[in-house]
Amino acid sequence: MLIPHPLLGLRDAQEFTYYGDAALMDRPDPSAETAEADFCDYVFLRDNPAGVHRELWFHEQGDRSWLVVTRNTVTHEILSAELATDVKSRGAK
Amino acid sequence: MKFSGFKVFKEAVTGHKGWKPLWRNPEPKKSYDIIIVGGGGHGLATAYHLAATYGLKNIAVLEKSWLGSGNIGRNTTIIRSNYLLPGNQPFYEFSMKLWESQEQDLNFNSMVSQRSIINLCHTDAQRDAYRRRGNAMHLSGAGGTLLSQADLREMVPFLNFDNARFPIKGALMQKRAGTARHDGVAWGYARAADMRGVDLIQNCEVTGFRIEDGKMLGVETSCGYIGSEKVGVAVAGSSSRVMSMAGMRLPIESHVLQAFVSEGLKPTIPGVITFGAGHFYVSQSDKGGLVFGGDIDGYNSYAQRGNLPVVEDVVEGGMALMPMIGRARLLRSWGGIMDMSMDGSPIIDRTHIDGLYLNAGWCYGGFKATPASGYCFAHLLATDTPHETATAYRLDRFARGYVIDEKGVGAQPNLH
Repeated sequence: MLIPHPLLGLRDAQEFTYYGDAALMDRPDPSAETAEADFCDYVFLRDNPAGVHRELWFHEQGDRSWLVVTRNTVTHEILSAELATDVKSRGAK
Repeated sequence: MKFSGFKVFKEAVTGHKGWKPLWRNPEPKKSYDIIIVGGGGHGLATAYHLAATYGLKNIAVLEKSWLGSGNIGRNTTIIRSNYLLPGNQPFYEFSMKLWESQEQDLNFNSMVSQRSIINLCHTDAQRDAYRRRGNAMHLSGAGGTLLSQADLREMVPFLNFDNARFPIKGALMQKRAGTARHDGVAWGYARAADMRGVDLIQNCEVTGFRIEDGKMLGVETSCGYIGSEKVGVAVAGSSSRVMSMAGMRLPIESHVLQAFVSEGLKPTIPGVITFGAGHFYVSQSDKGGLVFGGDIDGYNSYAQRGNLPVVEDVVEGGMALMPMIGRARLLRSWGGIMDMSMDGSPIIDRTHIDGLYLNAGWCYGGFKATPASGYCFAHLLATDTPHETATAYRLDRFARGYVIDEKGVGAQPNLH
């Protein structure tokens, strides 16, 4: 698989370490009333879809940036890749 | 139709005209007492034990494709009971005992061959860990022998003992481990279940659950609605997809694991050899092919095929361990979809929906567990209590903090 790195162009997926669902970027609020249950869901439960999946890849043997890659888990087709920091700052606005 | 030596002889001299299909192909009834979703190894074994061990009737297995079309037909056929943790080891030893009596129980040749497994170690620390594991195995009656380098040089002289990075210092052996004919296991359970009246319904995909007031009423399928107040789901690889139809999220990611077989060679490898440090394990099939595998690809996948970097990685591991296989040609490779759970251990439990039961999360260890998984799931469905060897496989163990993490890597499924 080749991942279209937004800064470096097409890079071999072997340069990356896979982390998991991009939803892991949104940590629950530890001071919320429901924090215990929220964190249990956050740590252990996954949507695990067959089809389009947004997921975190770490460019460990590259520029060490975190990417949010949108990929089809049935065909392995990669649809897009963005810097995780861009996704995060867009969400914060 | 019962298989026996006499029957084989009789058919041999009468032109093999008396063999019949191993199971019926029935139309689904309007309702059943128990429905098993998934006609793979675990689902078929569950149906068999419901009928044979718990004496229940009016059972159906629904399979979206053909029987045994999932991981039971896509694995590396290894059976063993060499686990460490108390939540796991008694269960796998129970499975090993069921393997030992399986051919007689099912009247089917599943080619169970107890040709041993050897787990290699390379350091003092690994040897200590294997000594501890061996003791845990003895506690469950599974047996286990610590081998020295000299023992290994005699048994498997072709290994690369003096590898600079991973010199082989010894091994843990379980003599009772070995291999079985994977498809034969599915066929044996299917036939035995069918003979006891279980309806095996193929090409019938479950498309939804009918649930009212938290109670299971039945399943919507591609062949219409089928009622049942008890539904057991055993669809490893697709567990998250199926359970999402009941509104559940699972502690599971689906990953692809590749396996490989070489061209047929003369008998070389006596049993199963695992090289944990290099992520490689190998055995030799009765046809002579080297059957081997390594790590999962490491990203969520439902594709039943992997990518080339892992092929290269696995083969490098093989070459590091036994350089002699360098001239053997790879015949085939394939991928299967694993339910990688958050602690590397399976789930056999009820759900919060009354009448919906789950058997999932087998990671890449589901084949060896097939007999006990079926037995324990049948026990749960029949009695509503967990079998004594499967009490730890609860769905709520993650929330309660009772994970069964053999490898100790935490909630990161691609590391288990």
